[in-house]
Amino acid sequence: MSNATTMLGRNFKHTLRNPVAVFNAVLFPIVLMLMFVYVFGGAFDIDGKYIDYATPGMIVLTICYGLSATALAVNSDMTRGIINRFKVMDISRSAVLSAHVAATMLRSLIAIAALVGVAFALGFRPAASALDWLATIGFIVLVSFATAWITVALGLAAKTPESAGLVSVPLVMLPFLSSAIVPAETMGPGVRQFAEYQPFTPIIETVRGLLTGDPSTGSALSAVIWCAGIALVGYVWALSTFKKRA
Amino acid sequence: MVVPMTSSAIAASGLRKAYKDKVVLDGIDLDVAAGTIFSLLGPNGAGKTTTVNVLTTLMKADGGTVRVAGHDVATETKAVRAAIGVTGQFAAVDDLLTGRENLQLMAALKGLGSGESKRVVDDLLGRFDLTESAQKMAATYSGGMRRKLDLAMTLVGKPRIIFLDEPTTGLDPRSRRTMWDIIRQLVAEGVTIFLTTQYLEEADRLADRIAVLDQGKLVAQGTPAELKRQIPGSHVRLRFAGDVELDSAARVLTDATRDDEEDLILRVPSDGGAKSVRTVLAQLDAHSIEVEEFSVHTPDLDDVFLALTGRTSTKVSAS
Ligand SMILES: Nc1ncnc2c1ncn2[C@@H]1O[C@H](COP(=O)(O)OP(=O)(O)OP(=O)(O)O)[C@@H](O)[C@H]1O
Ligand SMILES: [Mg+2]
Repeated sequence: MSNATTMLGRNFKHTLRNPVAVFNAVLFPIVLMLMFVYVFGGAFDIDGKYIDYATPGMIVLTICYGLSATALAVNSDMTRGIINRFKVMDISRSAVLSAHVAATMLRSLIAIAALVGVAFALGFRPAASALDWLATIGFIVLVSFATAWITVALGLAAKTPESAGLVSVPLVMLPFLSSAIVPAETMGPGVRQFAEYQPFTPIIETVRGLLTGDPSTGSALSAVIWCAGIALVGYVWALSTFKKRA
Repeated sequence: MVVPMTSSAIAASGLRKAYKDKVVLDGIDLDVAAGTIFSLLGPNGAGKTTTVNVLTTLMKADGGTVRVAGHDVATETKAVRAAIGVTGQFAAVDDLLTGRENLQLMAALKGLGSGESKRVVDDLLGRFDLTESAQKMAATYSGGMRRKLDLAMTLVGKPRIIFLDEPTTGLDPRSRRTMWDIIRQLVAEGVTIFLTTQYLEEADRLADRIAVLDQGKLVAQGTPAELKRQIPGSHVRLRFAGDVELDSAARVLTDATRDDEEDLILRVPSDGGAKSVRTVLAQLDAHSIEVEEFSVHTPDLDDVFLALTGRTSTKVSAS
């Protein structure tokens, strides 16, 4: 455990030394939200205020957007000599990787806090109770945890930094092909089917349900199962790739 | 090989390793006594790094057994890792941290308390001449500074067995000497050093025992003196001003041979002692032949390599 904390400190120093990346992780989702609300928002046919509809989706988008930085960081760690030093030390095999996961989660929580702050300023008025908020935060942490592990695995599996940049693209794109920005029913037939069955739709619906104070058990259950599966696959895959790469 | 475990820091027998069907280590037997410097000498591609990787648990051997600090590397990996320090061929430092932070990171991972950590880190920065650059990011360090920081990081936590893969490659002469001094000092403190090098002089100067690795096999093993004994004896080298002097000297000194690589040089077999040297010079004096330059050549490890493998190490690496 203390090894993982030490490694987390290392990742944080890395993050702070790269202010452009932090700025990017916090600012980009906010800019995107402003764009959707002010530029496209009027065009979508949605019950109630668009900001209330879009914010939950934007929260999940923020998580995914931050993943590309993680894939790159993990991959560059592997291509640098320092990893061999960690490997010959008597420290837990997963410490290096857990630190990347924890740093990713912290980074996305910070970005989400900023995003939600801006959303409130724009008129976001969720009906969620204190308990719903707690559940939302817990669920967001779970989503971030699961997606971070799968991204760590992808970053490890990538042979070059360039391909590590690419592997995270599908994860960043998936929320766009869900009900994040517009309801799935309004999409074209092929996309709609895809949107209905991909994991980010129940994930986003769960966040939306919790924040509107009207959680749906079905979405929540399927979202939690998806997250548990993704986290497990990511963890196992990441650890075995880590051990293989000398 | 039967070796009492207590005195062997590193013992390997029948070590084999292949990448796909390319055999890189073909049955290596090694034994390094605790508190000594062992040098693995070999040209590029001989398998030095592969050997270090196997001995340090970074890589699994295909065959053979290895015990480091009394523990089997295959089954007691954790115990081996806890006992060793490794400085690989390529600097393993964190570029995005400062020199000091790199050392602090090691101290934290080794479980040192904050007071001890500060003391150890300050001490190492001073010892390696890095105090002034301690607050700079390692990415801005020169190659030699990275190398020094790398070794300093290995020393955090005082490992009893240290592996150094070509520790002085790329260092200037002064830094190389600093590195040698540090290595000798470590051994004086009882640390065991396993060192690879391409420099014959380095192995000769530092090592208690040397093993010569060539194409995955150990072609010789012994003390520097033992290895030197395996090759032709010493000789006297004479340089003349011109061909006339050279020819007349060759007529006088009947056992002399001309040097293959340099003109105007004669090699005369000699034990290098004052008496035989005086005899050679007296013969030349008697015929009034002027000698430009005179030196006694004792065999070095380059000669060892030539004698053992039929090639010089430089010729191997060039091919
Ligand atoms: N991952 C690998 N896959 C395939 N072949 C490899 C691999 N690593 C090393 N080799 C081969 O194994 C042989 C020994 O390599 P090794 O790195 O152990 O040599 P070395 O003695 O350390 O050389 P150098 O002095 O250049 O560092 C070389 O022929 C090399 O091409
Ligand atoms: Mg090497």
